[in-house]
Amino acid sequence: MVQFNPPPRFDTSFAAISDATRRGVLEQLGRSDASITELAERFDMTLTGMKKHVSVLEQAGLVTSRKVGRVRTCSLGGRGLEEEAAWIERYRQMWAARFAELDKIVEQLKQKEKSDGRNASK
Amino acid sequence: MDAMRASEQMPTPLTRTDRRSDREVVVTRTFDGPARLVFEAWTRPELIMKWWTPASFGITFISCEADVRTGGTYRFVMGHPDFDQPMAFVGRYLEVDPPRRLVWTNEEAADGSVTTVTFEERDGKTHLVLTDVYPSKAALDEALASGGIGAFPEQFDQLALLLKGLN
Repeated sequence: MVQFNPPPRFDTSFAAISDATRRGVLEQLGRSDASITELAERFDMTLTGMKKHVSVLEQAGLVTSRKVGRVRTCSLGGRGLEEEAAWIERYRQMWAARFAELDKIVEQLKQKEKSDGRNASK
Repeated sequence: MDAMRASEQMPTPLTRTDRRSDREVVVTRTFDGPARLVFEAWTRPELIMKWWTPASFGITFISCEADVRTGGTYRFVMGHPDFDQPMAFVGRYLEVDPPRRLVWTNEEAADGSVTTVTFEERDGKTHLVLTDVYPSKAALDEALASGGIGAFPEQFDQLALLLKGLN
């Protein structure tokens, strides 16, 4: 599939919520922040496995994490001004991509009108 | 001279977006053609299908019905390779004033926006202003938080519901 400049995070967001564990992690973080270790225990998986899930959620902008000492604490992301700016930018990209296609249609309609006009005047 | 004129006439068209108020987002763009043609491209289903889902979105039209009259309804059905179920985008045209103004509702999700598009012609070019007005600040905030931008509302609704349940 050809993908030029896709609006960021479409696919990553889908991937993020398509997994039951990751949905569970979001739910858990909705109740309170948690460390990777706590999440791994809660969902009965290895630290490495949980790190991967959290990383997918981070890439999708749904979760943020910060490391204090040896503990990495995760919270629900996707809030605040930065997030809003990112949303506005995705929204702009969506319309910009549509409008680039719309330019072509308008051009075609102009050409058609021109040639119809020529034919009509014959 | 001609080349210079041509370059003056063909600047890279700029799509601007702004959050105009706590429940309103605005998109502006200029098209190199008269308003009647730009309007036509927004109102004839066979033309809408050609530009509404650019290849970069990875989604394609399955069907596109649009009864573009005041009070008429539309139903855009699209597919994405990652999803078994097609996505339906539905709503109603509240105002149809060719070739100046189009207003429609977005009803595939609760608290959807009302979209107004105006087409203003100047010297053979059309200045387009699209405004999405959400019913409340909370509705726009939720759209922001869900990560959805209107292209995949149903899928992102799942996420919005999930996040809502958490708060």
